[in-house]
Amino acid sequence: MSFAWAKPYEPKTDIGRWIDERLPLPRLVYGAIGGGYPVPRNLNYFWNFGVLSGLFLTIQIVTGIVLAMHYYSYADGAFTSVERIMRDVNAGWLIRYAHANGASFFFVAVYIHIFRGLYYGSYKAPRELVWMLGLVIYLLMMATAFLGYVLPWGQMSYWGAQVITGFFSAFPLVGEPIRVWLLGGYAPDQAALTRFFSLHYLLPFVIAGVVILHIWSLHIPGSNNPTGVDVKDEKDTLPFHPFYTAKDGWFVGAFLTVYAVFVFFMPNALGHADNYIPANPLATPAHIVPEWYFWPFYAILRAFTVDFILPAKLWGVLAMFGSILLLFFLPWLDRSPVRSGNYRPVFKRFYLLLVVDVLVLGWCGGAPRNRSTSASARLPPPTISRTS
Amino acid sequence: MATLEETNAAKVEADHSLRRRDFINIAAVSFAGVGGAVAVLPLVNQMSPSADVLALASIEVDVSKIQPGQAIKTSWRKQPVFIRNLTPKEVADAKAVPLSELRDPQSLAERTKPGKENWLVTLGVCTHLGCVPLGVGEGENRGPFGGYFCPCHGSAYDTAARIRSGPAPTNLLVPEYEFTSPTVVTIG
Repeated sequence: MSFAWAKPYEPKTDIGRWIDERLPLPRLVYGAIGGGYPVPRNLNYFWNFGVLSGLFLTIQIVTGIVLAMHYYSYADGAFTSVERIMRDVNAGWLIRYAHANGASFFFVAVYIHIFRGLYYGSYKAPRELVWMLGLVIYLLMMATAFLGYVLPWGQMSYWGAQVITGFFSAFPLVGEPIRVWLLGGYAPDQAALTRFFSLHYLLPFVIAGVVILHIWSLHIPGSNNPTGVDVKDEKDTLPFHPFYTAKDGWFVGAFLTVYAVFVFFMPNALGHADNYIPANPLATPAHIVPEWYFWPFYAILRAFTVDFILPAKLWGVLAMFGSILLLFFLPWLDRSPVRSGNYRPVFKRFYLLLVVDVLVLGWCGGAPRNRSTSASARLPPPTISRTS
Repeated sequence: MATLEETNAAKVEADHSLRRRDFINIAAVSFAGVGGAVAVLPLVNQMSPSADVLALASIEVDVSKIQPGQAIKTSWRKQPVFIRNLTPKEVADAKAVPLSELRDPQSLAERTKPGKENWLVTLGVCTHLGCVPLGVGEGENRGPFGGYFCPCHGSAYDTAARIRSGPAPTNLLVPEYEFTSPTVVTIG
């Protein structure tokens, strides 16, 4: 795999040779994250976020399996079971906070990972499939995060489920029947909760599967690097182990420290107080927003207020999904032979514009609708004073 | 790179003291290892009984309605508990058995409270594989020794709930309990 000078695995013991002939698992590990995977030696710290994303997927799966041991997906008991996890289960508070904040930090890592790929042209040939599989992972993550957010069955959970499934009702004719089918009813209730729990448990393993394909397709051409110029020979690379395991290990420690600060000292800083109120199908919270990692998309969704050929509601949904689907075509839309943004002055400006645009959209998406029912998302609202 | 390695190799040959890089490596891996192990503790401990389960660990039972010869079945930590008011004959039967004949030698006095030796309080969990023995309800099979009889594999207990025949290894367990008043038993 990867560069031509990658060292093949050579078992050092008789037992190692015996296993290698029958099940070359050590060979696979050696070639993937051991001394047999040469990595460009000039990677900067933005290249640490792939490993970090994988780590957070693992944290989410481990804490999630534990939470599932104590959680009931029962509409009359889900909220209580989450409170029981917080109060009665040994270290339940820790595991739940680790899972809730783990989702946020997973998205932090993945967003930086995506924007790194964008800036350094990692989506370009020969890594188009790496990029597209990454987008698939991102879409699966969005679905998983949404499904998981519904499970505590608080007010934000419930109304999140109502609004997100409402996307589908934007499509003419088939939309409403699809929404009713997804929910198993006319509003979120027992049927929806049970299937959301089932799928929330399933999707992370699907993600893990696509991650394997993502890494596999990366290891065929090998890693890109900040110059975007292909490495020429062995002098340009270092073996993954011990060089990048050490660098990743250091960075994992630093990132986990920030994560621990949130888990232990400000566990609800990224959440919404309203989700500690049990779901009430008869009253929507005054300020309903998704978790921060969906704010830019939420802003796009509600930015359309005028029917133009199609209803405004459908424009919002199409624009929101379109903003992600467009990225699948990026390797062919961008025809520049230069990969790295470092050597593309015009690209660099537009890239910066994109970053600012995403941040502004995020700001608009998270701010309360405090002026009128019209499209305040098109303009930044006067204040972003946020209680809780 | 080669130069660096050569320099290091030369240094190691010169003196066998620990290299700085080795020290950092060992320290970092140890730190991560201890941290990882500590992180596993809550993940293991979450499976232990939670606070609401432990809160069930002590119960009070009113035994004033139990006539001699009768028994009741109650629940403690989700396990059955037998409380039996022995007749004078059952007490005498239990005392008549020589301890040397028993698989798990214990006298009736050791299995009851002083002055209350007609009150037999035991877990209703057969010490063989955990079934609930018969003998509490009216007309249930009390087995050949007049105490309890386990329907699963035929363990027979006598009137002091001691194992007398069958596969069970020990007597029915006497939980920690006390009479908090003449008619109230606190178990646990």
